[in-house]
Amino acid sequence: MNVIQEIQQAHMKNEVPDFGPGDTVRLDIRVVEGDKERIQAFEGVCLYRTGKGITETATVRKMSSGIGVERTVPLHSPRVANIEVLRRGAVRRARLYYLRDRVGKKARIREKMTAR
Amino acid sequence: MQAILGRKLGMTQIFDESGAVVPVTVLEAGPCPVIQRKTKDKDGYEAVQLGFDEIKDRKRAMTKPQRGHLKKHGVDTLLRKLHEFQVDDASAVDDVVRVGIFEAGQKVDVTGISKGKGFAGVMKRHNFGGAPASHGISKIHRMPNSNGSVDAARVFKGKKLPGQMGNKKVTTQGLSIAQVDAEKNLLLVKGAVPGSKGSIVVVQKSVKG
Repeated sequence: MNVIQEIQQAHMKNEVPDFGPGDTVRLDIRVVEGDKERIQAFEGVCLYRTGKGITETATVRKMSSGIGVERTVPLHSPRVANIEVLRRGAVRRARLYYLRDRVGKKARIREKMTAR
Repeated sequence: MQAILGRKLGMTQIFDESGAVVPVTVLEAGPCPVIQRKTKDKDGYEAVQLGFDEIKDRKRAMTKPQRGHLKKHGVDTLLRKLHEFQVDDASAVDDVVRVGIFEAGQKVDVTGISKGKGFAGVMKRHNFGGAPASHGISKIHRMPNSNGSVDAARVFKGKKLPGQMGNKKVTTQGLSIAQVDAEKNLLLVKGAVPGSKGSIVVVQKSVKG
């Protein structure tokens, strides 16, 4: 392992949940207001993940009072306290840009059927 | 004295205490043995000569005069780089300079040899706009266009023209140190540093404080 990898390792989380595009996730994000810190949840559909190692990020989209909101977070950031996968979606793309043009029923994603 | 020689290892990113992403350049800095101390009495000014990067003894590793210089000052290893720094008092500098002289948060200037781009045109070298690709434009798409006024009957000095770009000494000023690892001789500097990976850089206390 070279020196740069060692530095990255020191700043990375041991484990990041396995999720991908189409999955519905809840991000627990640490928010600092003044001198108080609280956890803010952001729940939505993951559009895509990009990067690898310490630079890896995920973009999550949700509808907030009728307006689409997307949030891109570095997965290894200490500000992301927890990531929970709520639902696995069956999608046929790696990047779900098409969801941006869809609202309501058309923006639905079928649940992934896992083999028993 | 706050100066050291180092090697650029590459860039990555880390998270600071607040969780923000900090882009950093990783430098392997020192340890740099002091080769020679120049004094006011003997040399007319106070300075120390630091060495960096031990190399294997091959025939052309160092020239005979260079080997003689090291031998004269009692250094029995060969070094890739020697560099002199002016100081107030040469005798006050430790025998071996290590990264410990710097601390996190401090501002530094980093000097290196920038990546060579070869003989570059004005669009790449001076960010000229070039000419449109079509609409009657013929053969001057990336050209510098006019060299100046006809009245002057000459081209003014300093006119931006094509030429060698990069591969010259560049100093990036006012970079802050993100982290110091004294054990592994590592220096993490926020932002980019001139030169390619593996190139030798000089890290000094920032002149602008």
